[in-house]
Amino acid sequence: MTENVLNLLAADGEAVGGIQGFFVGIGNAIADSGSTILRILSSYGPLLIKALGQTLLLTLLSLVFAMIIGLIFALMNVGKNRFFNLIGTIYVDAVRGVPLIVLAFFIYFGIPVCIQAMGVPGFKLTALQAGTIALAMNCGAYMAEIFRAGIESVDKGQMEASRSLGLSYSKSMRLVLLPQAIRTMIPSIINQFIITLKDTSILSVIGFPELTNMGSTIAGNTLKSLETWAIIGVMYMIVIITLSRVAKWLERRISIEDKR
Amino acid sequence: MKTNDNVMIHVKNLKKSFGKLEVLKDISVDIKEGEVVVLLGPSGSGKSTFLRCLNQLEVATDGLIVVDGQEITDKHTDINKARENIGMVFQHFNLFNHKTVLQNIMLAPVELKLMTKDKAKEKGMQLLERVGMVDKADAYPVQLSGGQKQRVAIARALAMEPDVMLFDEPTSALDPEMVGEVLAVMKELAKGGMTMVVVTHEIGFAREVADRIIFMDGGYIVEQGTPDEVINNPKEPRTIDFLNKVL
Repeated sequence: MTENVLNLLAADGEAVGGIQGFFVGIGNAIADSGSTILRILSSYGPLLIKALGQTLLLTLLSLVFAMIIGLIFALMNVGKNRFFNLIGTIYVDAVRGVPLIVLAFFIYFGIPVCIQAMGVPGFKLTALQAGTIALAMNCGAYMAEIFRAGIESVDKGQMEASRSLGLSYSKSMRLVLLPQAIRTMIPSIINQFIITLKDTSILSVIGFPELTNMGSTIAGNTLKSLETWAIIGVMYMIVIITLSRVAKWLERRISIEDKR
Repeated sequence: MKTNDNVMIHVKNLKKSFGKLEVLKDISVDIKEGEVVVLLGPSGSGKSTFLRCLNQLEVATDGLIVVDGQEITDKHTDINKARENIGMVFQHFNLFNHKTVLQNIMLAPVELKLMTKDKAKEKGMQLLERVGMVDKADAYPVQLSGGQKQRVAIARALAMEPDVMLFDEPTSALDPEMVGEVLAVMKELAKGGMTMVVVTHEIGFAREVADRIIFMDGGYIVEQGTPDEVINNPKEPRTIDFLNKVL
């Protein structure tokens, strides 16, 4: 319909040229793109939704494991045991020192070769498995730093008071330090969630059928790169903006609770 | 006072160093059951470190500490178990900020399975009554004044029913008008026969409540005796010098 209106406008002037023509050109381009986007959405809609679902699944799985990994290495780093400190530091440095795409290739292509050589013929990792491991390891390293900073931000008197009552180190950590640390960590954790969600796009390189991978397929099939990537971008944006709104809301609620 | 001859705290040749800095050089002292001992001394004299060694918040470098028959400097002693019997009150209160006043008090007894939740709650309310904080049972620490926080901290330590209470400058972080309410609670505790070791700058409190005053300087005990002996008739030049500055 927009197309028709614009065509009418164009036909109205005798000679369409100059500035007027320029605007008409833009108008036409937008109208064309608009209809292309609608066409893509109608034929690829279900596939796009499915791909978005895969992206969210991969994000969720990775985050769950990343939280566990992060907590373990953070606890290693804040403790006094030199050996655990060293392991924690090595892990964080190693993972942060490698680009995610390299890590993904290493796990997807490298690890199976290694395990096969160790006597498990035909061992393979699915793209989801490899992707989850790579993302969880990567995100876990950053999470470890967030947890470490959070725990260290709690006044050391809290640990002393808890220990002086006879509570063990681990009970003090679980009952006194972590609940207080988590409050200061929530904004950083959600920020890390968002980064991880975006990082799933990197895993299109190992063939995981997530949103960016689907984008490549659709762009290839339709030869409409502009419209396809605009759709993909907007889809990511919707999810991420929703997530940051939730983060803001959480942050506000916590600060209200603190003023109680 | 109700001091008897049972030794509650036995310290022999205690030494504590932080790296190369030797903070406690050679401390030996016996504290009897029910005795109230006040540690005086200039800052950096090692009195807080000494106090923190008594429950091993600072691990002694050398020497022997026995509290209520338990050798707490022995590595095989269950230090968590030993600490249940030694209450501690800190300069900066260190209340658990994410818990209400009552929850602060109930946490350790319940977690260590010494009391049921109901019993701990009952005990908690009794203690709050005792320190005059019943109406704040459901408040959070941020809503309390310094004096109120410290009274809750005392109640929290008492909930473990300790035989010894350690006070590390309990009034130093308080506004002057709040010092009295905390000292009142401590006085009442002393009257009840609690064994107390108190690091403080409140000479008035020391004079009135202490059975014995220990004056420390440079990591040593310089002089000790009754308040009358140490405060009114000090013998050592370092004690005299210190008292001249603070009185």
